[in-house]
Amino acid sequence: MKNEWPLWEVFIRGQHGLAHRHFGSLHAPDAEMAIKNARDVYTRRNEGVSIWVVRASDIAASAPGEKEPLFDRSNSKIYRHPTFYDIPEEVGHM
Amino acid sequence: MTTAVKTDLAIFELALRMGDNALILAQRVGAWCGHAPVLEEDIALANVALDLIGQTKMWLSLAGEIEGRGRTADDLAFLRDARAYRNVLLAEQPNGDFAHTLMRQFLFDAWHHPMLLALKSSCEKRVAYIAGKADKVVRYHLERSEDLVIRLGDGSEESRERMQAALDALYPFAGELCAADAIDSELAERRIAPDLSGIGESYIAYLKRTLGEATLNAPWDAATRKGGKNGMHTEELGYILAEMQWLQRAYPGAKW
Repeated sequence: MKNEWPLWEVFIRGQHGLAHRHFGSLHAPDAEMAIKNARDVYTRRNEGVSIWVVRASDIAASAPGEKEPLFDRSNSKIYRHPTFYDIPEEVGHM
Repeated sequence: MTTAVKTDLAIFELALRMGDNALILAQRVGAWCGHAPVLEEDIALANVALDLIGQTKMWLSLAGEIEGRGRTADDLAFLRDARAYRNVLLAEQPNGDFAHTLMRQFLFDAWHHPMLLALKSSCEKRVAYIAGKADKVVRYHLERSEDLVIRLGDGSEESRERMQAALDALYPFAGELCAADAIDSELAERRIAPDLSGIGESYIAYLKRTLGEATLNAPWDAATRKGGKNGMHTEELGYILAEMQWLQRAYPGAKW
C-alpha cells in the first residue's frame, strides 16, 4: 500500500531495566504518534518507564549473508577468551 | 423525608451520571475492536473503552452504596431500563465513521478531564477518591483525541471534510455536558461537585482554541440537544442496552 504509515521500531526501558530493550514494531505517521501508539500497544501493563522509537528504515543492520565473516571467529585463538583467570572474590560481579 | 435522604439522592444521581457516561461511551467505543482502520488505533480505542469500564465500575459501585438497597455495579449496569440511565446524549451517538467516533471522544474528553480535576476536591471523599483514580488516564485520552482532531482537521481535504461533518453533527450534543439542572446546583452548593457553568466557560474557550487550530468551525449557536441526564434518551440507547444487557436478561445471574 503506497499510503501506509512508515514502520517504527520500539525500544522500552522497563521498570528495573538499565537499558532500553527492543520490544517490537508498529506503524505511525510520525515520531510523536509512534510514541503514543507504543504506549498503547506495548506499555499497557506498566511495562516501561521510557520509550524510544526509531524509523525502521534508519536502522543499519548487518546482512544475514555476511554472517560468516562477521561472526564466525577463529576459535583456535583461545587466548581471546579470558577463561584462564581466577577472579578474586573481592572483584565482585563482572 | 429528612434532608439527609435528599443529599444522598443528589450524590446518587452524580454517581449514575458519571458512571453511565463512562459505561455507554465505553460500549460504543468497544464496538470498534477488530474494526479500526489500523491495528495501532484498534488497540488504542479498546484501551480507552477498558479505562472507561474501570471507571464505570467505581462510579456505579458508589451509586449502589449511596442508594443503600443492595444493588451492585453489575445490577445497575445490566438491569436498568433506558429511562433510568443518566448518560448525556453525546455518549450514545452512533460510531459513524472514524471522524464521528473521534469527535465524540474529543468533545467528551475535553469536558471529562476538567470535570474530574474539579471532583478531586469534592467534600464527598468517595467522589474525590474516584476522580483521583480516573483523572490521569483521562488526561491521556484527551491528549490523544486532541492531537488526532488537530491532525485530521488540519489534514487532507478529505479528512478535514469528514471531521467538519462530524463536528456539525455532534456539537449540538456537547452543551448538555455543562448544562446545570437542580441536581447540579444542589451538588455545587454542597461543594460535592463543581459549578458546571464555570466548567462550561473554560470548555467553550478550550474548544474554540483547539478547533481553531484544527481549522474546524463548530456551529456555536446551534440549539443544545439534551435530556439524557434526566433519562430522556434518543432511540440509540435502546439498541445499545439490548445488545449489552441481553445475556443478563435472558439468563439472570449468569456468571463467567
